[in-house]
Amino acid sequence: MAHATSRSDVPVVIDEEKCIDGCTLCVDMCPLDSLAINPDSGKAYMHVDECWYCGPCAARCPVDAVTVNIPYLLR
Amino acid sequence: MQIPEVSDRRHLECDVLVVGGGTAGTMAALTAASNGASVLIMEKAHVRHSGALAMGMDGVNNAVVPGKATPEDYVADITVANDGIVNQRTIYQTATRGFEMVQRLESYGVKFEKDEHDEYAVRKVHRSGSYVLPMPEGKEVKKVLYRELRSRNVRSHVTMTNRLMPVRILTVDGRAVGAVGFDTRTGEFVTVSAGAVILAAGAAGRLGLPASGYLYGTYENPTNAGDGYAMAYHAGAELSGIECFQINPLIKDYNGPACAYVANPFGGYQVNGEGNRFVDCDYWSGQMMAEVKRELESSRGPIYLKLSHLPDATISEIEGILHTTERPTRGTFHEGRGTNYRDRDIEMHISEIGLCSGHSASGVWVDEHARTTVPGLYAAGDMALVPHNYMIGAFVYGDIAGEDAATFARSASHPELPEDQIEAAHELIYRPASNPDGPPQPQVEYKLRRFVNDYLQPPKTERYLSLGVEAFERMRTDIAQMGARTPHELMRCAEVSFIRDCAEMAARSSLERTESRWGLYHARDDIPQQDDASWFCHLNLSKDPATAGMTFARRPVAPYIVPVPGFVRPDGVPDALAPQGVELAEAWR
Ligand SMILES: Cc1cc2nc3c(=O)[nH]c(=O)nc-3n(C[C@H](O)[C@H](O)[C@H](O)COP(=O)(O)OP(=O)(O)OC[C@H]3O[C@@H](n4cnc5c(N)ncnc54)[C@H](O)[C@@H]3O)c2cc1C
Ligand code: SF4
Ligand code: SF4
Repeated sequence: MAHATSRSDVPVVIDEEKCIDGCTLCVDMCPLDSLAINPDSGKAYMHVDECWYCGPCAARCPVDAVTVNIPYLLR
Repeated sequence: MQIPEVSDRRHLECDVLVVGGGTAGTMAALTAASNGASVLIMEKAHVRHSGALAMGMDGVNNAVVPGKATPEDYVADITVANDGIVNQRTIYQTATRGFEMVQRLESYGVKFEKDEHDEYAVRKVHRSGSYVLPMPEGKEVKKVLYRELRSRNVRSHVTMTNRLMPVRILTVDGRAVGAVGFDTRTGEFVTVSAGAVILAAGAAGRLGLPASGYLYGTYENPTNAGDGYAMAYHAGAELSGIECFQINPLIKDYNGPACAYVANPFGGYQVNGEGNRFVDCDYWSGQMMAEVKRELESSRGPIYLKLSHLPDATISEIEGILHTTERPTRGTFHEGRGTNYRDRDIEMHISEIGLCSGHSASGVWVDEHARTTVPGLYAAGDMALVPHNYMIGAFVYGDIAGEDAATFARSASHPELPEDQIEAAHELIYRPASNPDGPPQPQVEYKLRRFVNDYLQPPKTERYLSLGVEAFERMRTDIAQMGARTPHELMRCAEVSFIRDCAEMAARSSLERTESRWGLYHARDDIPQQDDASWFCHLNLSKDPATAGMTFARRPVAPYIVPVPGFVRPDGVPDALAPQGVELAEAWR
């Protein structure tokens, strides 16, 4: 079956400068399991565009590195 | 990804298995543990921030506080709000045990609003009684429960798992004996043997497609895809009132509560485009939603939550609640749109359809002990049919289920698990991984839920509903061909199968009930009258063991145990004398 990759504007943005190596709190908490640690950088990122814009990721981050934007289609 | 063999699995044992660690599930686990059971919570998200309370709650919608309201008022109110089709005994539990639950939560550290006399500051939003109790630190509620589950006394009895998702309940000789699922991170196959199983997996919130088109922009937490409804159905349990949809009035596009319950007591209310009130009561009911829809589609639309007439300080107070607790990104949304409550009222719209007994009356049939029709299987919270049960009802029924299940499990055997059911569940979980190039879940799910909107959104008609049934049958083929490449995608694919099951149940139940009832929730445009002679009854659905298709039965409405002023039962069944068999909670003795 044919496949195409298409870009998606994802709502949750992580400030890599602030994100702490070895921390996984936001990844652990997300109800939709939409965050992951990038193996190359060791930093958190949104790996799928699946988000309830609910906020546990931002609330639990110890260094305020997570910004929850409203998903593009609703913004 | 590597697909594990059926035999290559992790096996877990417990007395009481709780599916879903949300509102009802955490309370069920606490109570079952305090009754001596070993408890396993299977949670597909993370218990700390899962479910409807992911970020907390603005307030209690339905607390019956002694001195402020009576259980009889509450039961009568909900009976009327649900057009008389209720098992009052189930509601009576919420009415009489809710206050003890408030106190129990308080003992755990949850704060409830008190007035200057240190009395609970309940407010009136329902048609007659005052049951709405604000929680000034509502954002702490899940944290408090999580802390309680991890406290020293409880920890040794309760195993909490995260990212473990059951997909089927296992039964032996018609009794629930465990579950089968997988780890949504590693893909590991998992079976559980249990003395009793409590389903507390929340609403079927990912049924209709929100107007925004965003799959996860639902009113309900989108993790609640109807998993519990589908699992109960396949285990052979009866479901009831599935035709009585959940539809809510929400902030347009944002799709979260506006929320009149919070704003009402401060002087906020809903108006139409001409600035006039169009409902006399902001309590969410099917009747109110019918009026919302009528207003939206008339030249008087749209509708708004009106706050702009309030003093600045009051608005700040409302913002302090609405923008920090339940859905804390409400503020971000308004900021992005450049809207401020001070100079613009909040545009509202109608939500997608869902199934939920927390807000409406569609769920798994339970009695006043949270028992389903399958021995050893319990249901609590949004997915269990106790009308308009909301958060306190979820806690109360979690508690009831936890206690009864612990007793049941004490004498229950742990038979060998049925290998054929385990194999069928393995196929359901891993099939998409064997076809990684098949259509991906987002496309399949979008198509399925667009059909839900096309054919099920009220007003319903026989022709559209029948086309819906056809579309959902056809979607079985799409689902069989769906492809997945990671355990995460397998989770989403399994959810699509749950959504399909719920869609078919919703279509068939709506076809079966040949009348209109519950305002917009079951508005049949082709049969606009309410037909009390034929339909003053529950409509229960279950899986026919012979054909594996859906079969229906009508259940009579049990005699009322609480008289309902001004409501005449069309079937003439006299009220029962007193609440027999229902044990009164401490506060009302
Ligand atoms: C936005 C919003 C606002 C609300 N506001 C109020 C309010 O102000 N006052 C009030 O009284 N009520 C309110 N309610 C209603 C109330 O929150 C719910 O009725 C109640 O929390 C439902 O509890 P529950 O346990 O059934 O579901 P939830 O608390 O949602 O728990 C369901 C759990 O099951 C898990 N789960 C789902 N599927 C699976 C699976 N297959 N395997 C494992 N786990 C699974 C989920 O992750 C979740 O943890 C609101 C609801 C929403 C959505
Ligand atoms: S906002 Fe909620 S759903 Fe979105 S990434 Fe954060 S925790 Fe996950
Ligand atoms: S919680 Fe914050 S610091 Fe931790 S991984 Fe996430 S973004 Fe990084």
